[in-house]
Parts: sequence; structure tokens; C-alpha cells
Amino acid sequence: MAESGRKVRVASGQGFWGDWQEAPKLQVQHGPIDYLMLDYLAEITMSIMQKQRQRDPSAGYARDFVDLVLELAPDLVERGVRILTNAGGVNPEACREALVEGLRDVDTGRRLRIATVHGDGLMERLDDLLAEGHELRNMETGEPLSSIRDRVYSANAYIGAAPLLEALGHEADIVITGRSTDTALTYGALAHEFGWAADDWDRLAAGVVAGHINECGAQAAGGNTLLDWRGVDLVRPGYPIIEASADGTFVVTKHPDLGGRVTWATVTEQLVYEMGDPKEYITPDCVADFSSIRLADLGDDRVRIHGVRGGPRTDRLKVSIAYHAGWKATGTLTYAWPDALDKARRADEVLRGRLDDLGLSFDEIRTEFVGAGACSGRVPEFAAELPEVELRIGVRAADRESVERFTREIAPLILAGPPSVTGFAAGRPRVQEVMAYWPALIDREAVERDLRVEVVEAA
Amino acid sequence: MRVALGRIAIARSGDKGDTANIGVIGLVEQAYPVLVKEVTADRIKRYFNNICHGEVERFELPNLGALNFLLHESLGGGGTVSLMLDAQGKTFAATALGLEIDVPGGVLEACDRVTAGVASGRPVGEEGHRG
Repeated sequence: MAESGRKVRVASGQGFWGDWQEAPKLQVQHGPIDYLMLDYLAEITMSIMQKQRQRDPSAGYARDFVDLVLELAPDLVERGVRILTNAGGVNPEACREALVEGLRDVDTGRRLRIATVHGDGLMERLDDLLAEGHELRNMETGEPLSSIRDRVYSANAYIGAAPLLEALGHEADIVITGRSTDTALTYGALAHEFGWAADDWDRLAAGVVAGHINECGAQAAGGNTLLDWRGVDLVRPGYPIIEASADGTFVVTKHPDLGGRVTWATVTEQLVYEMGDPKEYITPDCVADFSSIRLADLGDDRVRIHGVRGGPRTDRLKVSIAYHAGWKATGTLTYAWPDALDKARRADEVLRGRLDDLGLSFDEIRTEFVGAGACSGRVPEFAAELPEVELRIGVRAADRESVERFTREIAPLILAGPPSVTGFAAGRPRVQEVMAYWPALIDREAVERDLRVEVVEAA
Repeated sequence: MRVALGRIAIARSGDKGDTANIGVIGLVEQAYPVLVKEVTADRIKRYFNNICHGEVERFELPNLGALNFLLHESLGGGGTVSLMLDAQGKTFAATALGLEIDVPGGVLEACDRVTAGVASGRPVGEEGHRG
């Protein structure tokens, strides 16, 4: 089929906070793109950022993003690339301030317009919302939020494309949001460029599929692929690029001079990643039907997607809430052949006996034998001959003291435990706070009335 | 022939709370009906009996030649609550490919050609086929 008409290219540059730093630079510098989408947020990221902000009011966003833009700014201007990102985390304003401050020392040739989106954070008005009758019940358990209200760390609504469209309408070069959905960072750009109507469900759904392909970085372009994984150049992978047309059809591709791979297999693998009911992929702007996707491998790292159907958006938005749920720690020791698994099992019994003697109680103690089926839950038939097995034991409790005490019971097994043990070089396990996730729904109006976009120019 | 699922399919897994998903994708068009017949929710539930403590749901995606499985109560509470090594179920896809199923010889042969790099695989009957 002929590919005609205007194309808009949205490149994926980051799939999570901590992704490969070179990827966004390569996306901008190795070929033409119109937009760079940078996704920094996972379910738990917001609570980590909220904790950082509590310690330091000028923190709470992805600092990596600021460093990246300061390095890339001259290229962005020269090549006319705009950025959509949720790097703002729980503090988009501070993210913008750091960027504006840093840009004072960068010669970009012209002023950059930076937009921020505010209002997805519900923490400060949580009690007002509860008082108004928004119960924010847990979608999985049905419990009302009031049961854990005093332990809530962060609460953010997943917001859609509307504020992104507003920001792009103000000719922003860079749009920084908080909890925008990962997919909106891609379809927001497409809806803006092609002027898709807010009720053009099929095109928006196609944009959602494009966003889903982009949101995990290299995962759609050869990262994690199981088909011929040895043959994929992953040293310098090209991350995916969506090359979209006004009718909502698009081609997934990558820059030709970079590694990675885009085939029916790599794209389909990403399509099914984190999939729920494929007919009901719910976003703030539409419900996409992933079972309607039609895919054609054009060769040369080009995969065409068409036929995507969507349905009307729902009247509620998803809210991501994180709350304190106790403490945990995980310790490891390695046991060597012969009978490595039996030695590790014996060490587990000894350790559990000592924890009993101490009278410590935990919400959970979990033992896994790494090398003997920890990932699969299936102990191999040749277990007796395993060259080594790692004992991995973790505990979780409401009180920090019990967990703290547990961390001091690993090292004694080195001398007062079963033989052939090693692997304690890292020292005592670290006690970590457990942050639990509370998914809820809220009437969209309660969130959208407070969404606002700010635009500033960097000097 | 009785072979591991990995002979005719690839897969990817991920998490949503305490639920893991596993998407299983046939290597060639003809592999899909085999997946539908052989890889039932019940068989996945039994295969993951040490991991999955809830129910298993199956969804069909004929356009992609794929099945999607949701394994409830499989991630030790999910997120940072979980004490599991693989708290996000990232490796469940690979584990699933060890499931033994019955596959007609012709389908197996076609899939082996894809694995060997002789044929490019799944999409057929559309403009993009290059196999």
C-alpha cells in the first residue's frame, strides 16, 4: 500500500526512570523526528518522588530529564523537535524551574517555551474530596480510602491529552506533566498535529496503541525479544519511532543506522505487555480495543498498524494512590555443590528457628532458592547436582524493629550454619519502607476542574 | 507431536498489581488455532500452581495470533509489597514456554523455519508479508 500524505514522527526516548540515558540523544541526533516522548513514571515512582519532595521541597521530579534537556537543547532547536514528558512527577514546577535555571548557561539560539501541567496531584485536597463524597475505594478490594487515609503518601489522577493539547496550542517546545498517562505523551502529539476531534474514538484509540508501543522504550524494538534474541544488536539500539498519518494508521520503525530491530514479533510482544482485557484498554480519552489491531510487517524495520477501533471515554479517571504498608528486608547467601539446594534449605530452617526463638512476628516470610526454580516455581529434576544455589529470604512487618532485627540474623549463618556458604560481601540487608499501591476511580470532573497549564519562556 | 510451547510461540509477561499477564504469540498464522486448543486457562493454572494462587483468565486476539492470560494473586501482593525475586512476573513468559502441548507436524515445521531464520513468520495474507 502506498504511504502518502503528511507524516508525524513521535520517537520514544525513555521507558522508565532509570532507562538508558543515551537513547533520547540518539533519537534526536540520528534522523528526523518531530516529537520526543519521555516516560519516567511507573506505579510506584510517584511515591518515591513524593518522599523526596518531603525531604526537599525543590525535589520530586526526574532530575535526569533536566540534565538531558540541557545537553540536547541546541539540537532540539536546530532540528525543531518538541518534547512531551511526565518527568515532572509530583513537582512539575520545580522541574521547570531547574530547567529554566540551567538553560541560562546554554546557547540555544532562541528562547524555549516550556509548559507545565498542574492539577493531577490530589494529595493536598484529598480530605476535601473525601468530604465531598469521593470514597476512592480500592478497585481490587472495594475498601474505602478512609481505612488507610493516615498512611497515604501520594495520590495522583491519571490525566489525558487535553492539557497537552492546550500546551502545544501555546507553541510549547517542551511540555512537562505530572501523572499524564504514558500513552497520552504519544497520542497527545498526534491529536494536536492532525487536529483529531475529542470524540474521534477510532483515531484516538490508534494513538493509544502507538503510545503503548512507545511507552516502554526499546521493548518494542528488540529489547527483551524472544525471537532470535542472540541476533539483535542491543549495544546501541534504536528506540521505536511512530510514523503516523492523519487517518490514524501508523508505521513503527527506528533510525536505520542504530541497532535494535522492529518486526511483527518485537511489536506484537510489546502490544501484549501488561495487557488486561484487550477489548477494554481504558485511558482518560477513549477505550481502545486491542483485539482490532491489524499488523503488517513491511520489512526493513517497518511494521504497519491499521484498523484500530475505539469507544467512548469513561466518566471516571483512575487514581494512583501509594500508602505506607510497613517495612521489609531481603537477605541472600550462596551455597555451593554438592547438595547446594539441601544446604540452602537447611539454612532456611535454621534461620526461621532463630526468628521463632526471638519471638519476632512478621506479616510474611518468603524463602526462594535462586538457581533452583525461584523464577518458575518449578524445582528442576537435576536439583541435587546444581553447582550453587542462592538462599534468598525476605520478611515484611508492620514494625521496623522486627525487620531490623532480622537483618542481623543473616551473617551468623556464615559460621553457625550449614557448610559451603559464601556471598555476604554486601553486608547486612537494607531495611526498606513498603509502599503499597491503591488503585481507585474518581469522577473526571472532580479532577479536570483543577487542571491548568502554565507556559514560561526560558531566557 | 508433543513439544514445548516455545517451539511454536513467543511470549511476554508483565504485572498489574498482584496480577501477572502473559501474552503468548504464535510464530506462524497456523499456530494460533493450536494455541487456542492446547493452551487453556486451566492448563496455565495447573502449570503455574506454585505461583498462581487465584484464577486464570484467557483472552483471544486472533488478529495478532495471540492469547493473553491474566494470572491473579501471583505476585506476592505486587509492587513493593512483594518479597518475590520476580515481583513483576517478568520471567513468567519464558516459564510458560516450557508447557508441553500437542502440535501437528506441519505447524511445527513452519515454526521451526521461523526460529531458524529461514522464514519471517506470523503475518500472512496482508500487504506486508515478506516470508
